[in-house]
Amino acid sequence: MSTNTAIELRHITKRFGSVVANNDVSLEIRKGEILSVLGENGCGKTTLMNMIAGIYYPDEGEILVDGKPVIIRSPKDAFKYKIGMVHQHFKLVDIFTAAENIVLVDTEDKHYKMNAVNAKVKEIADRYGFNLDPKKKIYEMSVSEKQTVEIIKVLYKNSDILILDEPTAVLTPQETEMLFKVLRKMREDGKSIIIITHKLHEVLEISDRVAVLRKGEHIATVDTKDATESSLTEMMVGQKVSLNINRSEPVDSVTRLKVIGLSATSKDGVKVLDDINFEAKSGEILGIAGIAGSGQRELLEAIAGLQPLESGEIDYNDPKTGDIVNLRDKTPLQIRNMGVRLSFVPEDRLGMGLVGNMNITDNMMLRSYRKGKSIFVDRERPKNLAEEIIEELQVNTPGVTTPVRRLSGGNVQKVLVGREISAAPRVLMVAYPVRGLDINSSYTIYNLLNEQKEKGVSVIFVGEDLDVLLELCDRILVINSGRITGICDGRTVTKEEVGLLMTKSEKAEKEVSDGQ
Amino acid sequence: MDNNNHKEKQPLFHITKRNEMPVWQAMSVRVIAVMAALLLCMILSFILIGINPGKMLVSMITGSFGSQRRVWKFFKDLAVLLCISLAVTPAFRMKFWNIGAEGQTLIGCLASVACIINLGGKVSEPLLVIIMLAASLAAGAIWGLIPAIFKAIWDTNETLFTLMMNYIATFIVSYYLMVWTPSGSSTLGALKYGFLPVVFHNYFLLILVVVILTVLIYVYLNYSKHGYEISVVGESRRTALYIGINVKKVIVRTMALSGALCGLAGFLIVSALDHSITTNSVGGQGFTAIMVSWLAKFNPLAMAGTSALITFLNQGASQISTDFNIDSAFPNIIVGIIIFFIIGCEFFIYYKVNFRHKGKEAK
Repeated sequence: MSTNTAIELRHITKRFGSVVANNDVSLEIRKGEILSVLGENGCGKTTLMNMIAGIYYPDEGEILVDGKPVIIRSPKDAFKYKIGMVHQHFKLVDIFTAAENIVLVDTEDKHYKMNAVNAKVKEIADRYGFNLDPKKKIYEMSVSEKQTVEIIKVLYKNSDILILDEPTAVLTPQETEMLFKVLRKMREDGKSIIIITHKLHEVLEISDRVAVLRKGEHIATVDTKDATESSLTEMMVGQKVSLNINRSEPVDSVTRLKVIGLSATSKDGVKVLDDINFEAKSGEILGIAGIAGSGQRELLEAIAGLQPLESGEIDYNDPKTGDIVNLRDKTPLQIRNMGVRLSFVPEDRLGMGLVGNMNITDNMMLRSYRKGKSIFVDRERPKNLAEEIIEELQVNTPGVTTPVRRLSGGNVQKVLVGREISAAPRVLMVAYPVRGLDINSSYTIYNLLNEQKEKGVSVIFVGEDLDVLLELCDRILVINSGRITGICDGRTVTKEEVGLLMTKSEKAEKEVSDGQ
Repeated sequence: MDNNNHKEKQPLFHITKRNEMPVWQAMSVRVIAVMAALLLCMILSFILIGINPGKMLVSMITGSFGSQRRVWKFFKDLAVLLCISLAVTPAFRMKFWNIGAEGQTLIGCLASVACIINLGGKVSEPLLVIIMLAASLAAGAIWGLIPAIFKAIWDTNETLFTLMMNYIATFIVSYYLMVWTPSGSSTLGALKYGFLPVVFHNYFLLILVVVILTVLIYVYLNYSKHGYEISVVGESRRTALYIGINVKKVIVRTMALSGALCGLAGFLIVSALDHSITTNSVGGQGFTAIMVSWLAKFNPLAMAGTSALITFLNQGASQISTDFNIDSAFPNIIVGIIIFFIIGCEFFIYYKVNFRHKGKEAK
């Protein structure tokens, strides 16, 4: 019996402890369509897909493939039903070639010939318009090429159902366009594609239907042609949220931080920072755009005193004394003891900014526990601060004694940002502050950053969502492979221009780099 | 599984994480585990060697609480084990896996004995005891510092390093035993100097010292700035660097403390109990202490309980061995079973096993 439905989910529920990741979700994926699964971070999109792909097993409910109930216990079972998933984090062997990685999934064929595999990979790539050399080693590949390998891995097993978990998160706008072209070809080929994303414009561009999840529940599935950005947003968040981020004109901007000729090399000998020059001014938000891993982390850590440098200078202009001090080769403690009020919200919140197993109060103390001569720590003030932050930023937590690892991503971030701002910084560096946060929490963070800017703080904002960077930042610095490829005016630059700079390999011309 | 004709089944069981369990419920799981372990032990002992299970249980309890003398001995053994467990705990909180407590304690014993042999009779008794204490603390601290410095500077593996330091300590003791016994017997008789003063009872002061130490370590780890730094370094090196903690300094400082407390245990063993030394003076308690500390989840107050449990089991085992005239191997099996249950039940506190629902299998 042939049906038009590729997969049907019936009343799927999955719990992790007290957290209900998916609650009674029923959903169907038709043959030859692109279905977007849309929802805020943490709404259970990935969990749901992982159950189709055999990573998790549902607590309740059943999955039907081609109208027949099936049990998917492992990714191997999923492959048997021609279901393949491309995960957000690639699972590839670095020193193997593309084809070698791909043939690994074929556990049945034990006597393959590498030449035949190469040819088949090439054939699949050509059929769908991928640009891939089967003999290229993974470690030589760009992120987008690695993603291609993952997709072909799934196609190689003749999968009819492809699940892509946030495939565009790591791609430039140009690469995203390419991927979409390929996906459309696959659809023409009769394949069903599920694409997880929270970028609305992509949903509207690529998909036939959109399934919206909110807090683990399936809200609705609508035809894309009937949907608009605002109607989808409304379904996602349950209330209408303005997409406008406030941006005030910088007032009395002076140079607070001047970075001159910064260069650094990683342990593996890769140049991670290459002659970085820029200024951060008080009362403005300087955005840093770039594909993940282009040196953003190293740059912020260099300023914070955590990244050893080969050359360069980091000059801090003290607003109280007017003195200029060089922060290079100073430890974080020395920087603080010099009176430099530098706050840093690192990308790795629970691995660096906070201690996951400690409660909120103890995490508040991280910066301040040294205060006073007593050999004992004072927990009274941190506790008050914790209560203040919980109150002001509406942190959803049972109390100040809850370990931060038990909080959701947004609440973790509020705790971290709240602490860093409480130190009344002059320079505030934030790396991917809204990653993993829902829309409401994201706006809370944008407002906090704007407040700091209005107070005259020099804010350095490393972001990944270009829309946000363009709406929030006064200036945008674009970085690629450790080099600055351009510094633009956040009010006039277009998304395409920034996207192009993100992929451009040559260094910016001196006059472009910093209006001096 | 390879054949599609096979009826497909849901997995027999799958494991899910539990919500946080209330304390009383977690405690009752542990109590049930101990009960189940005892039951199994009684059945085993009846089947394997025909001991009356009830008598065995009585024998086990009399091992620790049968007489006043045994009660004192119970608390003495508990105190020594607890002292070493407290010593390893600061390092463990820092996730520095120091398994060299055995050697650190032994070298502390050696330092005290060396003081007695060289100074006994030459200085006043109270002064000698103070010198012994200082020497033991210093010796233990040095034994802890060596692996810590290597770890801090070259990031060597502390587990292997501290383990090897145990053997070095043992052989140094063998060497000095040869030096100190000109007859070549290598057996040192009881020394006549360097006694810890006796208050109330031979063991009273020893026990008191450990009680005070327990409270001090608890306060140190939970309320002092040092303790806070230890926790941060243990939980996340990167966070420690980020907030400007000097990680190397904390490692070295904490291991010096850890070693010094082992040295203190060595001093107590010599001055309050043995008044002599052998290569086996610590008798493996340096390793048992690791388990005591882990079982208590590195909480010094809970450690009083876990070391009491281990001491109780050990005393009970040797009592069974005497009462029923059987080899000590069997009681040791029983101790092993009980400890296995106690550790194993932790799994059920954090996870839940869901069995397949009958009649809901897919076709």
